[in-house]
Amino acid sequence: MNTTSNMSVGFVAEQFDDFQQQRGAAQFGMWIFLATEVLFFGGLFLAYTVFRSLYPGDFVAASHHTVVAIGGINTAILLFSSTLMALAVRAAELRNQKQLIRLLVGTAFFGIIFMILKGVEYYKDWNDHLVPVLNFEWHQPNPGHAQIFFWLYFAMTGLHAIHVTVGICIMLVFAVIARTGKFTSGHFTPIEIAGLYWHFVDIVWIFLFPLLYLAGHR
Amino acid sequence: MISATEIDIQTGGEFARPNYLSEHSVRSWLLTTDHKRIGILYLFTILFFFAIASVAAALMRIELLYPTGGLMTSETYNKLFTIHGTLMVWFFLIPSIPAVLGNFVLPMMLGARDVAFPKLNLTSWYLFVLGGAFATWSLIRGGVDTGWTFYTPYSTTYANSHVISMAAGVFVAGFATIITGINFIVTTHKMRAPGLTWFRLPLFVWSLYATSLMMVLATPVLAMTLGLISLERIWGVGIFDPNLGGDPILFQHMFWFYSHPAVYIMILPGMGVVSELIACFSRKRVYGYGWVACASMAIAILGFLVWGHHMFVSSQSVYAGMIFSALSFLVAVPSGVKVFNWTATLRKGSIHFATPMLYALGFIGLFVIGGLTGLFLATLSVDVHVHDTYFIIAHFHYIMVGGMVTGFMGGLHYWWPKITGRLYPELWGKLAALATFLGFNLTFFPLFVLGYLGQPRRYHVYPPEFQVFHVLSTAGASILGVGYVMPLIYFIWSAKHGRVAGPNPWRATGLEWQTSSPPPTHNFKVTPVVTSDPYNYSPEKDADLDLASI
Amino acid sequence: MDQFHLFPPQASSTAYGVDTLFFVLTLISLFFIAVVFLPILFFCIKYRRGSSADRSNPSNGSNAVEVGWTTLPMLMGLALFSWGAVDYFRLERRPGNAIDVEVVGKQWMWKVQHAEGKREINELHVPINRTVALTMISQDVIHSFFVPAFRVKQDVVPGKYTSEWFKPTRTGEYHIFCSQYCGTQHARMIGRVVVMQPQAYENWLKTGEQTESIVRAGERLFHDRGCSGCHAVNSQFHAPLLQGLYRNPVPLANGTVVTADDQYLRDSILQPAKQITAGYDNIMPSFSGHLSEQEIMQLIAYVKAIGQQEPPPR
Repeated sequence: MNTTSNMSVGFVAEQFDDFQQQRGAAQFGMWIFLATEVLFFGGLFLAYTVFRSLYPGDFVAASHHTVVAIGGINTAILLFSSTLMALAVRAAELRNQKQLIRLLVGTAFFGIIFMILKGVEYYKDWNDHLVPVLNFEWHQPNPGHAQIFFWLYFAMTGLHAIHVTVGICIMLVFAVIARTGKFTSGHFTPIEIAGLYWHFVDIVWIFLFPLLYLAGHR
Repeated sequence: MISATEIDIQTGGEFARPNYLSEHSVRSWLLTTDHKRIGILYLFTILFFFAIASVAAALMRIELLYPTGGLMTSETYNKLFTIHGTLMVWFFLIPSIPAVLGNFVLPMMLGARDVAFPKLNLTSWYLFVLGGAFATWSLIRGGVDTGWTFYTPYSTTYANSHVISMAAGVFVAGFATIITGINFIVTTHKMRAPGLTWFRLPLFVWSLYATSLMMVLATPVLAMTLGLISLERIWGVGIFDPNLGGDPILFQHMFWFYSHPAVYIMILPGMGVVSELIACFSRKRVYGYGWVACASMAIAILGFLVWGHHMFVSSQSVYAGMIFSALSFLVAVPSGVKVFNWTATLRKGSIHFATPMLYALGFIGLFVIGGLTGLFLATLSVDVHVHDTYFIIAHFHYIMVGGMVTGFMGGLHYWWPKITGRLYPELWGKLAALATFLGFNLTFFPLFVLGYLGQPRRYHVYPPEFQVFHVLSTAGASILGVGYVMPLIYFIWSAKHGRVAGPNPWRATGLEWQTSSPPPTHNFKVTPVVTSDPYNYSPEKDADLDLASI
Repeated sequence: MDQFHLFPPQASSTAYGVDTLFFVLTLISLFFIAVVFLPILFFCIKYRRGSSADRSNPSNGSNAVEVGWTTLPMLMGLALFSWGAVDYFRLERRPGNAIDVEVVGKQWMWKVQHAEGKREINELHVPINRTVALTMISQDVIHSFFVPAFRVKQDVVPGKYTSEWFKPTRTGEYHIFCSQYCGTQHARMIGRVVVMQPQAYENWLKTGEQTESIVRAGERLFHDRGCSGCHAVNSQFHAPLLQGLYRNPVPLANGTVVTADDQYLRDSILQPAKQITAGYDNIMPSFSGHLSEQEIMQLIAYVKAIGQQEPPPR
């Protein structure tokens, strides 16, 4: 790429020969890490699949109690933040410092909105007595099966929320570092890597939303 | 090849300074990002856990001398085999060759200055130590009695021991494994020296690559499984509890989806080491190099598809059992291909019976027995009888101890001159190799007979007619113990007093031998350029070669 | 039972088949050991360092050879797989016309009940040359019912019926082991199978205090626990009749059809809402926690017994 060939090698770590090798290694490393993440979430997806096939009716009934509106808005928010993230990577490549900072903060902002809505939803779930073990009440058949659904709901969205939180922290820290101009002098690899991570978090949600929210709303 | 090969290793003399060991401060070790130093940090850490787990094994073997036990309570015995299993698997075997020898030699074999992510590499060691601390904490507080398999609902509902801290330890150590795996994969892909194409890679690199794939893809499933167990113990939602609508067999599927690939994580690196040793000490190119390399990859892929063979009597469906059985026979084929190729490599070689070669030959012998008895276990109707008996104990110890630990010892002897710059005493090395081989067979061969007789595993009292086999086994274990203590002593001695090795005491061809011993911090003064295939030995020319140490 | 052996006694019809395959596997193993070890030994001597053997033109591999030693073991493996699979399939299919015995595993004992009602703990008396089929369940953790002399083993799982069958061919006493680790006293969860001549077995069944048969006990429970209040012809509640139910297809409210086997009956007692029969309301209370595993087995035995009857007109 033209923007990268003629730059200084000050930020190339000593184990690498050149910028391209470092960038390739970092990107590839992130992809492998994401493969690990897929398998990590995969354990929960497997549990969901098994129990949904064992108790299809109860899962649909339980899914009916999730707040599909908040889930839907959150889907849109995450998708939009992913767009901002993609633009942030572009801004870093084009060495546009101001825009990079703005877009990183924007990405983090929508991540925070997502988390706030998630919190509202959890609060509502608590009031509706949908939190397993702690205050679960179920007046339809097979409360145990519904409880497994909600347990998986909290485990999956909770694990996802942890990932979103980590992502928000990364965006904010990078926004601060970006003020030094570090990422806009050619060393845009960290922004690219963070972008990959953020898109992954987004994609996980794209799978969670239909499984947990839409199952009960035909 | 660069001119370093031409350095006359026979002259010996002082070893090169400064090297990666030159700095001595504690700080320089704890904050190091040098892959070689991290390998050594891992070495000491895993030896610590190996020691604890071995003591547990010794106590069990003593308890089993008498059919009525008597030395300890059932609870103590159950905790001992859990300590032995968890520590040996997750805190010794899985990191043994990859994190110690792999960390040390992989970048050098690739002609790289370090792994791709040196800071993550150090993080991996710290996570490993943290995981080990959790595990040790669980032992100090009284131990765990679930067995290393953590079967539900025992582990979630019924066990009154410190399951969560042990699970947390394994969980954290799992991330150390994942980081090592990511580092190895990226390093192999992106940091090979000029001219080092994929099919010029040493077979050890191929095996580490295959291993890393499994580490990266299997370990997260274990992490999730252990997380679920811990959450079940805290909240008891019941996803593994049939009384609440859960499914205890789901746990077995998730556990073995990790743990069967883990079995290959615990043997593939050993196979890689043996390929190096056989080539070097028969002075010959590995027969069927490409097939051996691809066999590693085939094992890695098929290894993910056979987990259900641990569950033939678990109430899994009959048809699932059949599929898993067929695939298990299939996964045996690439292992066989490797063994045949090693054998064919010896033909027309010039065979040196140096200590590492003795370990390599021992590896083949034990691995063949371990692998063939695996076929018994893959055979459905026979497995129904031998499942969960001492037969399987014997089988997997032949693979994990006879295979992996023997491979680790062989590799450690082979690269010891590179690591320390000095040679171990050859005669003592040979005696130790012999002691482990004989001791190992005496310890574990009787257990095959015992298993077919029906002795179940995890029993500390047993019918008196089984006693004679237990006595043989305990006798063998004491010889095996001597075989492991001897290297410990002479390695420590040789690190200070051994003969100076020079850069290439074995006159081996790998890139790691083309730099001084111990290597400088960034491995090579000049990045090497590779112009030929690996194992470029000439047996005819080397027929009368006298290697430095023997 | 307590003598030194190198090989376990063959005391069931299954044992011969398993042992034959075991010997075949052993022979194949010895063959491969010879194929690998003899050349290694030969090469190690002939091509030892300093020997004058001819080392010219060493081969670095040949695809034909590789394909050969990939294919041959694979074919051999498939043959072994098929053999083992056929035997396994036979072992996993519960034969008809067997003596039914119900086994409940718990930490750390085996509770056995014969169809005639006779109960024993950690012992199982069976007649020679008759097929015996065990229906097993655990009331706590996973256990495994293992009789080495019969070469049979099956995990005993909570919440789920598993079965195991054997046909003893030799009288005597043989070990029962729990082979799935189940907690502190796992090593003491052992017992014995006593294989008897048919006459001796009949006499043994009659010893001890007289007990009612499993079906009788189930029928009593069926009335005492109020099942008959709904599942009867003249009931005022609309509940499915159980005559003629066993082993027959049941259409469910959600449109699927299941077979009324032991597991279905068990689930219907403990989690009635899980599978509602088509045309009926979800009104049955759960009996989870109100019945022991043995009582559930007795109820199922009763439903099985009336399963042979024609459903009465409503």
